[in-house]
Amino acid sequence: MDIFLVWVDIFRNWLTAGIGVPALAAEIFIKIILVLIVIVFVCCNLIVLVWLERKFSAFYAMRRGPNRLGPAGFFQFPVDIVKMLAKEDIIPKAADLPVFKTASICAFITAILAWAVIPLGKGLVLEDLNIGIFYFIAIGSTGTIAFIMAGFGSNNKYSLLGGMRTAAQMISYEIPMAFSLLGVVMLTGSLNLSDINDAQRNVWFVFPQILAFLCYFISSIAETNRAPLDLSEGEQELVAGYFLEYSGIRYSLFMVAEYAHLVAVSAIASIMFLGGWNPLFGLTFIPGFVWMMLKIYFMIFLFMWMRWTFPRVRIENLMHFGWKVLIPVSLLNIFLTSIGLYVFQAITG
Amino acid sequence: MTLKQELVRTQEMEINFGPHHPSTHGVFRAVFTLDGEYITKCVNHLGYLHRGIEKLAESRTYTQFIPYNGRLDYVSGMLNESAYVQAVEELMGIADQIPERAQYIRVIMCELQRIASHLVFWASMALDMGGFTPWTYGFRERDTVLDLFEMAAGNRMMPNYMRIGGVAADLNEEFMPALRKFLDIMPKALEEYHGILTGNEIFQARTIGVAPLSAETALDYGISGPIARASGIDYDMRRDEPYGIYDRFKFNVPVRKNGDTFDRYMVRLDEMAESVKILEQAYRDIPEGPVMAKVPKVIKPPAGEVFYRIEHSKGHFGFHIVSDGSNKPYRLRIYSPCFTNVAIFEEMAKGLHLQDAVVAFASLDIILGEIDR
Repeated sequence: MDIFLVWVDIFRNWLTAGIGVPALAAEIFIKIILVLIVIVFVCCNLIVLVWLERKFSAFYAMRRGPNRLGPAGFFQFPVDIVKMLAKEDIIPKAADLPVFKTASICAFITAILAWAVIPLGKGLVLEDLNIGIFYFIAIGSTGTIAFIMAGFGSNNKYSLLGGMRTAAQMISYEIPMAFSLLGVVMLTGSLNLSDINDAQRNVWFVFPQILAFLCYFISSIAETNRAPLDLSEGEQELVAGYFLEYSGIRYSLFMVAEYAHLVAVSAIASIMFLGGWNPLFGLTFIPGFVWMMLKIYFMIFLFMWMRWTFPRVRIENLMHFGWKVLIPVSLLNIFLTSIGLYVFQAITG
Repeated sequence: MTLKQELVRTQEMEINFGPHHPSTHGVFRAVFTLDGEYITKCVNHLGYLHRGIEKLAESRTYTQFIPYNGRLDYVSGMLNESAYVQAVEELMGIADQIPERAQYIRVIMCELQRIASHLVFWASMALDMGGFTPWTYGFRERDTVLDLFEMAAGNRMMPNYMRIGGVAADLNEEFMPALRKFLDIMPKALEEYHGILTGNEIFQARTIGVAPLSAETALDYGISGPIARASGIDYDMRRDEPYGIYDRFKFNVPVRKNGDTFDRYMVRLDEMAESVKILEQAYRDIPEGPVMAKVPKVIKPPAGEVFYRIEHSKGHFGFHIVSDGSNKPYRLRIYSPCFTNVAIFEEMAKGLHLQDAVVAFASLDIILGEIDR
């Protein structure tokens, strides 16, 4: 039993038996607190990620990165937050106000919603849905709408181009992403993320599903809008793409969404392919939560490595790669997996 | 009208590219007419950095104008200065009296500056493709060059080192060992640049065959320098119309034939290697002696005019000076390679994707300080 769940149980008992709150009200109250904890967890990750990103980029570029506030510049983040909050919220006169204003909130909400089904350890999940991975993919695609809203609502030509690019890119990379996850689902016969994790006790799915893992990795770079596939931001040609007109807190909501999405796809990658919270080398004394975080951050390291090494790809190459390479390869993976399953069942009876 | 056209009404969109855009290398502005993301028409707008340097020259004495040269093409100050002082020397008829050592120092400075300028090109081209990391690699070696300038001239970007009749000061004793060190690291650094960027699949996909420029078009537009050489125009003033003491050095002129973005990139990288060769020879042969010819305190060239141009890092860079016999130029005109080179962008951008246009623009390697003057 995980220590976090013990605390939740103690708290629930205290609420119902201790001060006599009705069971349903106690359950709702606990859920609200847990949701807040998840949001805080995501934001904590964000702080680490922003720092890591700066340090990584500095490392690859032979710079030092932030080094003034706190150890290795870690306490840069309160300064950043204050700066973001204190900035003037500039809204263009000709912007489509309701669309412009809701876009940033939409981006944030869809990024957080994905966290409802992502388990970080045994039982450490808000809602252990039996269609967890399906929910994740569905919520992931709604995130696109926020970017299109921002692109259209800003009434800026660069934003418009950015929004259009996002739509094209995200829709074409959703498909290989879903297909690559399908291979794992076929192996386990379950859409539940906890079940998928438990199925990897003996062997991680990255080995039988290496093609799927590569497809997933590449398409999740495109999904999270990170370089080298960050065409919707396209700093050098579109200035900032869809969030060009945003400033202050609205801009930072987009950044939060981007990083929350990054952690979410990394978490899914570690659950689906890297064995989730199953320990490596039988080191069971390290809690599952720690293993999970280690794997998430390993994935994030890969993403950052890619980002700071490669220049941005051309848009035709991006679309061609998505439709002509990733989709056939992920379909091939499904085909091979099903043959493998059939043979396996034929042998074992 | 077909059914599709009735359902989907499309129209072209005009978009301002600059003057404050991340990849216009300063304050260049172009107005693109976009069909989707493809450029159908491009109009250049210049003049956002106009400071009236040509007019300023008319109220400055010949010596006073030297520091303004660093403000023209602000990443190759030494080259601009050497062009100016050689023009004035030509006008005064003392071009043959310049001491040997000063001539060699000029060559060393010019070639170092050419490397530094091409490094800025390399770094910013990588940046214009979204590769943030190579930027610092390019600027690492450029900083070494600027350190060398600091040793010689006391100033890094606007050196104010060339003088009419020689150079401002002799090299100090730290300079030559530092130059040796730079010559040792530069070939390795070039290898590293090729490793970081040239061999990259994404980079090649984005440059090979993009925005090709034929030799005829290049000649029609008066393109010079690395861009012309990338299109197959085998002409380098250092070899074909040697000025100064360039006829004493052995070096190749890199020429490529396709004229696409990749060739423009490769020509510059190869030129850096050739500049290192010239520097090696200059390092070996530099004599001792004075660094300043005997020139009068007040410089009053005889009445007349001169047009003098050199092979600048961007192309042919020249000065047309008209003297009325006084201590100030009557008229000074700067022939700027960037100005002629940027004109091709209107032609080049047609039909390009917005993303490729940015890279093609970076491959022109323009500096607005020189275009707008």
